[in-house]
Amino acid sequence: MLADWTYIGIFILVALFVPAIAITFAAILSPRVPGTLKQSAYECGMESVGKSWIQYKSQYYIFALVFLVFDVEIVFLYPFAIAYNQLTLFAVLEVILFLLILVAGLVYIWRKGELEWA
Amino acid sequence: MQTFLSDPVTAITIWLQTLLFSWGIPAVWVQLIMIIIGSLIVCAGAMFFVLFLIWYERKVIGRVQDRFGPNRLGPFGIFQTIADMLKIFTKEHITPLGADKIPYNLAPVLIMGAVLMMWAVIPLSKTTVGADLDVGILYLVAIGGLGELGVIMAGWGSNNKYSMLAAFRALAVLISYEVPMVLTMLIPVMLSGSMSLNGIIAAQNVWYIAAAPLAAAIFFISQIAEVGRAPFDVTEAESELVAGYNTEYSGLKFGMFYVADFLHAFTAALVFAVLFLGGWRGPGAEQIPIVGFFYLFLKTMLVHFVGVLIRASVPRFRVDQMMALNWKFFTPVSVMLVILISLVDKAAALSQEIWRSLLIFAVNGVVFLVSFRLLDIFTTRKERPSVVTRQLPVAVGAPQRRNPESGVSS
Amino acid sequence: MSGMQIVFLVAAAITLVSAVLVVTLRRTMSSALLLVLTLLGVSVLFVLLQAQFFAVVQVLIYIGAVATLILFVVMLTRSVMDTSEPQVHKNWWLAALVSLVVFVALVVTLSSWQAFPQVQRAIPADSGENLAALGKALVDPNGFALPFEVASILLVATMIGAVYIASERKGEE
Repeated sequence: MLADWTYIGIFILVALFVPAIAITFAAILSPRVPGTLKQSAYECGMESVGKSWIQYKSQYYIFALVFLVFDVEIVFLYPFAIAYNQLTLFAVLEVILFLLILVAGLVYIWRKGELEWA
Repeated sequence: MQTFLSDPVTAITIWLQTLLFSWGIPAVWVQLIMIIIGSLIVCAGAMFFVLFLIWYERKVIGRVQDRFGPNRLGPFGIFQTIADMLKIFTKEHITPLGADKIPYNLAPVLIMGAVLMMWAVIPLSKTTVGADLDVGILYLVAIGGLGELGVIMAGWGSNNKYSMLAAFRALAVLISYEVPMVLTMLIPVMLSGSMSLNGIIAAQNVWYIAAAPLAAAIFFISQIAEVGRAPFDVTEAESELVAGYNTEYSGLKFGMFYVADFLHAFTAALVFAVLFLGGWRGPGAEQIPIVGFFYLFLKTMLVHFVGVLIRASVPRFRVDQMMALNWKFFTPVSVMLVILISLVDKAAALSQEIWRSLLIFAVNGVVFLVSFRLLDIFTTRKERPSVVTRQLPVAVGAPQRRNPESGVSS
Repeated sequence: MSGMQIVFLVAAAITLVSAVLVVTLRRTMSSALLLVLTLLGVSVLFVLLQAQFFAVVQVLIYIGAVATLILFVVMLTRSVMDTSEPQVHKNWWLAALVSLVVFVALVVTLSSWQAFPQVQRAIPADSGENLAALGKALVDPNGFALPFEVASILLVATMIGAVYIASERKGEE
């Protein structure tokens, strides 16, 4: 098993290394003429006004949070899915209860109107 | 020669290993060198394969739009992408003022790396697999998460509020569509009892797309959204927010985003072929591994072709439509699908594979019909005010020609 | 020094250094990105312990969901630029001294306890059969079925509570 993960570790390093080498190679090949107008932030041809932060929109937070809860639920579901062929009907009913509770939470948020992209 | 033709990868591996051993290198280093060579071949090969993919997509989209694609450089324009890549290599890397150097430069590398890392666990034939992890499926989803991190870093590092806005929207779409994707991935894992990709392929005597077509469809659509292709490409739509989170990139850094996008589309098709279409399985693939590789390639190109067709034909969604579609339709339907498939399959407890697949197919059909009926009932078409009966102002001096049907004067 | 030891030392060093930097750096954004590096280091440590499922789940949940949430919040708050207060307490050397003393005391006590080497057991490799055993244990009534169901209620409570707080803020604006 560690042999597999050694492969993955080296593969990750190579996979990050190859694009980095390509970009460095291109940076060497390309011309470099810095100019203030070129380097200013792009705003459809107009000058930018104001700092670079944007209005807080709680919708992003809500979606990220619901995603987090579903992600954790999925972590519980994958071992169940692997053991599925050896489980009894009672065990499957337990997991269905688990899923239904989470669906109930989702439906509650839906009915409260929190899932609208305001 | 027979073994070389039927399984070139293993033959070359064994030859190289004996060569390195004969040079007296200790076993651990031989292992490491083999791994490095293997990963370099896969990464470089995937990046060069993208040249073909970009040409293929431009040709197909061109034909759908009733025009030739690129056809100037080389026969059928096959050298077009090479020319494009050569041009991008020599463009200047303009770094915006005030950009955070480390996230700005790391983002294209991370995004490209995340796509390449997916190739480590996918079995390309019976004997060719990078590392057949026991948790291969979750590894694929986790690597997707790293790609999302690259998007945030690109948006933040550009020091441009529109890039940041686009990066947020892209991230919101990416994380939302991960939920139905992972839920429908549960179905092949349930039916095969293993999270390793080779295990899933080995258990597919009946292809899972035939057993669970609705799950396959939801997975396919979620993958399209994860990759960021049309109709889900609000993040890189040219008419909105310029080029999205890669506005401030130029030169090969921008090229990296572009290449990563196309390679991700192909890799997503590859994962779909492995999970639902039986991977490298086919007549004769067990004995002759190279045939398995061709089967996988064919299946992937088929799925990729469908993806390109969808991109060429469908207008893009607004971001609020995408979110509503995901959270109010795909997620509940996927959860219901998982619940019903596990319940019915366990309750019936059929042993024969073909009856089990038919039963699961029936469950899919029921969920499909019920969910679309509910969709019909609960969604309302907006009443649009009819504009054609208004009289539009006409320019002075233009010939007055009244069209009796529509009432619009031209 | 075997390969595994080298990998462990590198991963542990990266984790510890990133963790210290997360707490002491001024820019919140850099702290958030270094948090991701810390979590990646922990994931590598899980792999070294042959718990590959938890390594992948660590990346999936912590980096894919929790770090993303933190990044969202960090980037959307207004005071995202450098703060002017010092990030480290001015008596930090006293705290470091106390923790060093406690650490040395723990190491000395544990290494002089004779039964310590016998506590270690061989770590079973985390393969498919182990995952199936985990799955069966999760739904076994004599196993973890009750905590499993309570976990789902806890998750729903989290979801509803956090959404309520966020929507309250939305109502304020």
